Amino acid sequence: MNAILTGGFADPSTQSAHAFRALLEAMARPGRIFTVAGAQPPAPISVAAGVALLTLTDSTTPLHLAGAADCEALRGWIGFHTGAPLVPAEQAQFALGRWDALQPVSRFRIGEPSYPDRSATLIVELDRLEPEGARLTGPGIKTEARLSLPETAGFRANRALFPLGLDCILTCGARLAALPRSTIVEDA
Amino acid sequence: MTDQAYNFAYLDEQTKRMIRRALLKALAIPGYQVPFASREMPMPYGWGTGGAQVTAACLTPDDRLKVIDQGADDTTNAVSIRRFFQRTAGVETTERTAEATVIQTRHRIPEQPLSEGQILVYQVPIPEPLRFLEPRETETRKMHELEEYGLMHVKLYEDIARHGEIATAYAYPVRVEGRYVMDPSPIPKFDNPKLAGNPAIQLFGAGREARIYAVPPYSDVVSLDFEDHPFVASKADHECDLCGSAGSYLDEVITDDRGTRMFVCSDTDFCASRQAQGHRGRLSPQGATP
Ligand SMILES: [Zn+2]
Repeated sequence: MNAILTGGFADPSTQSAHAFRALLEAMARPGRIFTVAGAQPPAPISVAAGVALLTLTDSTTPLHLAGAADCEALRGWIGFHTGAPLVPAEQAQFALGRWDALQPVSRFRIGEPSYPDRSATLIVELDRLEPEGARLTGPGIKTEARLSLPETAGFRANRALFPLGLDCILTCGARLAALPRSTIVEDA
Repeated sequence: MTDQAYNFAYLDEQTKRMIRRALLKALAIPGYQVPFASREMPMPYGWGTGGAQVTAACLTPDDRLKVIDQGADDTTNAVSIRRFFQRTAGVETTERTAEATVIQTRHRIPEQPLSEGQILVYQVPIPEPLRFLEPRETETRKMHELEEYGLMHVKLYEDIARHGEIATAYAYPVRVEGRYVMDPSPIPKFDNPKLAGNPAIQLFGAGREARIYAVPPYSDVVSLDFEDHPFVASKADHECDLCGSAGSYLDEVITDDRGTRMFVCSDTDFCASRQAQGHRGRLSPQGATP
C-alpha cells in the first residue's frame, strides 16, 4: 500500500515542468538522451517511465500496460497518482512496457489521415540506452544521431507510415530519449 | 517569487498536460496543426493567448523569458505578457535574445541567430495557410491529408501575373520537411529563411483557433515559390538610421507631421546592442559611422 501512495511528484507543478522540458527537448531532438527525476514508481518500472507517466497521463488518457508492467503494484500506483484508465492496446493513447512486450505494435493507434496526432505514444523500457548503434536522421537532428535501439526494422516500418505512426519515449533508469515517427532509422 | 493565488504559470496542471501532449505530437509531425482545448487566458484574443498557453506549458522556474511584439520588447503587449509570467511562474525576464531560454514572439524572428536550448514561441492569429482559399475546416484538413497544395501555388502565381512578383509580404507560406504547408504566422517574409535549419525549437500557438504546431530543430523549411520566380527574402532597401545595419529588417517610422521618415531595426534588442557596440546610423546623434 505504501508503495502506491509514495513515489509521485512532491511538487507537481515544478517537477512536471522540468520533466516536460526534458520530454520536449527529447522529442525535438530524436536520439538525444536526457536525465529526469522526481518519480519513484514500483518495480519493475524505471524512474524515467514513471516521470513520463506523471507528466503526460491523467484520467483523460487511456493507458495500456504490457507484459511485466501490467502488475498490481503499478496499476495501483497509476490509479492513485494519475488516474489514467487502463485499456487494451487498441484503445490506448499511451502504452508502457518493454519492446518485446509491446509487440505486435500494429495493435496501437497510428492516427487518422486527417488527424495523424490521434496516435499512441509508447513508453518503451530498455535495459540499455546509449548514444551508439542505429543511425538516426530527420527533423530535429543536425547531421545524424546514434541510439541503442532494440531493433531497426520495426522503427523503419513505423517511419514508412508517416505522417501516421507511433511516437516512442525510450526509458532506462533515470534517462530517456525519444523517437518520433518522423525519424529515419538505419542499421548501424 | 510567484504569486500564490495562481498555479505555476497560471494554467492548472491538467490543462498544461493537455497542451504538453499536443506539443509532443506537434513536434512528431512537423508543420501539422494539432487541435487542442484552448483555454481562456487573462488577456484578450489577438494578444497572444495561443502563444501564452504554449509558453505556460513549457516554462520552468529556471527560465529567462523574452517577449517581443513586432521585434520590440517595450510594447504594451510584450510588457504585459512578460509581467504575467514573472508573476505567475516566477521566471526571470530579459530583453537580450542571447540570454533568453524562451522567447515568445508576435510577428518577428529575432535577428540574432538562436541556439540549442532556446525555444521560440510564436503567437498565431490564423494557423491555417489554406484558409483564404477554402473556409471550411473539413476541406482544408482533407487538402493537407492529400497534399493538395496546387491551389496555393495558383494563388501565388496569380500574384505574379498581376504584380510581376509574389505580393505576399507576411505570413508567407512554407512547406515543412517536404510534407505539410504551414503558416509561419505574420512574420515578414524576410524572416522566412530563419525558420529553416534553426537550432532552436519553434512552437506555434493559435488561441482562438485552438491549434498548436511545431518546427523541430534543423528542419527543412522551404518558402513556396516557382522556378522562374524564386522566393526572395526582401526588406526595405535602406540601412538602419540608428545603428547602420544593412542586413536587418527595418520599420519605417514617420518622425514628424511633415512626413519625415526614418528606417530603424524592428528588432530593438539587436539595434540597441549594435549601438552599444559603437555602430552608428544616418540619424544617430553622434553622426554616421566613420
Ligand atoms: Zn538598427
